[in-house]
Amino acid sequence: MNPTAAAVRAGFRRGTTELRNTFTNAQDLWGYAFPTLVLLVTIFFMRGATVPGTDFSLGSRTLPSVLGMGLAFGGLITLAQQLVVEREDGTLLRAKATPNGMLGYLVGKLTLMSTVALVSMLIQLVPSLFLVDGLRLTSAPAWLTLLWVAVLGLVATLPLGAVIGSLIENPRNLGLVMLPMMGLIALSGIFYPINGYPGWLQAVAQAFPVYWLGLGMRSALLPDALAAVEVGGSWRHLETFGVLGAWAVLGLVLAPVVLRRMARRESGSRVAARRERAMQQII
Amino acid sequence: MTAVELPGTVAAPHPPDGDVVLDVRDLRMRYGTVDVLHGVDLTARRGEVLALLGPNGAGKTTTIEILEGFRMRSAGDVRVLGVDPSRGDERWRARMGVVLQSWRDHGKWRVRELLAHLGAFYAPYSTDRIRRPWPVDELLDAVGLAGNARKRVGQLSGGQRRRLDVAVGIVGRPELLFLDEPTVGFDPAARREFHELVHRLADLDDTTILLTTHDLDEAEKLAERILILAGGRIIADGSPDELSRRVAGNAEIRWTRDGERFVHSAADATAFLRDLFGQYGDDVQELEVRRPNLEDAYMALVYEQESGARGSAAARAWQQGRQA
Repeated sequence: MNPTAAAVRAGFRRGTTELRNTFTNAQDLWGYAFPTLVLLVTIFFMRGATVPGTDFSLGSRTLPSVLGMGLAFGGLITLAQQLVVEREDGTLLRAKATPNGMLGYLVGKLTLMSTVALVSMLIQLVPSLFLVDGLRLTSAPAWLTLLWVAVLGLVATLPLGAVIGSLIENPRNLGLVMLPMMGLIALSGIFYPINGYPGWLQAVAQAFPVYWLGLGMRSALLPDALAAVEVGGSWRHLETFGVLGAWAVLGLVLAPVVLRRMARRESGSRVAARRERAMQQII
Repeated sequence: MTAVELPGTVAAPHPPDGDVVLDVRDLRMRYGTVDVLHGVDLTARRGEVLALLGPNGAGKTTTIEILEGFRMRSAGDVRVLGVDPSRGDERWRARMGVVLQSWRDHGKWRVRELLAHLGAFYAPYSTDRIRRPWPVDELLDAVGLAGNARKRVGQLSGGQRRRLDVAVGIVGRPELLFLDEPTVGFDPAARREFHELVHRLADLDDTTILLTTHDLDEAEKLAERILILAGGRIIADGSPDELSRRVAGNAEIRWTRDGERFVHSAADATAFLRDLFGQYGDDVQELEVRRPNLEDAYMALVYEQESGARGSAAARAWQQGRQA
């Protein structure tokens, strides 16, 4: 048997084992359900509000945007978090001590993260449907668009998440990424259209994947007439594909280099030093 | 022939034969401007159990991590399983096992699941001579975790967790195994079982084992050869017996006579006892003679090295003072 193939297969199995572990863990389940609760409450308070310049419900516009945000968040932050935590607890060193273990680890992580992201999307989408209407749920092209945006979104964000996770040594520094991420989400028109923002702010938002994931999801689920209130008055599928694709290429080029550098530096004494530091922080 | 090498003496020639699993010559490591290793020499043959002892900060961990391929060295010639560890590929990696000091990784996994998963990576490296991986049920039996196969890793006790670490280290049936303080947190029974496992690995499977420990009693029980690393050099290399004998320490003699206890320290215990019996005959009761053991040898050798280092530093300072 080819060692690489064996490692990829073991990686997939690793992903499914971790999926089972996380979906049977009360704390994790609460983590998956919580954003849905927040979303439902948000939509509830948006009742009666409309998208400016239309009589379309603001809550219905928010739902697809939030799905896009969730993908970006899952790809960028959750994967980064896992890498930082599992570097600290020794999981990565264990993988490094195993032949082709790093490959297996990454395949497992990607399996886990992409499935969790898609399942989280469904957990948010299905209950929200009882609160909103006007979405194109019966149209096949709508689901097709949703699918390619979701997959491209994951390919664009997961490698970046791996890069971020490799660069952060101390779990406490994850906040350094969370804060700009929150700012970016506020900029990216998830909860409100950004047409009213100054031009340069719009430009900043459109440089990052969060905006395009939100737009792509809206283009899938909202009626075509709503395109009129987007920047440029169109769903801009070509630009969505271009920007997300560019981030994907950048991530896929950077990630192996950064990951390899991070993995090379892992050793027992580094894990022990981090453990020492973490223990001191607890006390 | 003596296997004890004095610092500064020329190392015994290392024969290039297929049985040499570890071959390290003049290994040096420098962090910034600080030299941690000043030329470490060591070899190990197939099936040998070596204990690497030394005070904290002597460079044990650095040495082991260089051999494991987890750390780049500054200089020196290193061959591990015939390969330079800084160029070791996955095939090379599959031939060795590393028992890590774990903390809390894979807490949600079940014991059996984790071993089966990690074992799968070794299957492509199975050979006619060495069947990889170790079948999980046999492995669980060997480390005494058969009753905990379905438990989650996070729920194991400290000692069970450590056994799991050992199991992970040997799941690929390594030809060379690194054990870093393997029995910390073991109760006496677990320790004994672990010692039996080490003997089994070395004798039946011909595994070469390099372990670090602060437990000299354990080193004496497990290792055929003891290496003492102090001040960035191997200051002693030999069997526990050879090392004890190398330290010209006095034997401690205890006895009672007429209900009174006596302790005497003598360089020549035999001559002393001959005199003692000549004088008191059968009145000498509860006789005990304790030769210097590994611990005495260790303390003496490390002390010698440390005071030597201090002495030469003082001499240098004094010389510089005179020149100024």
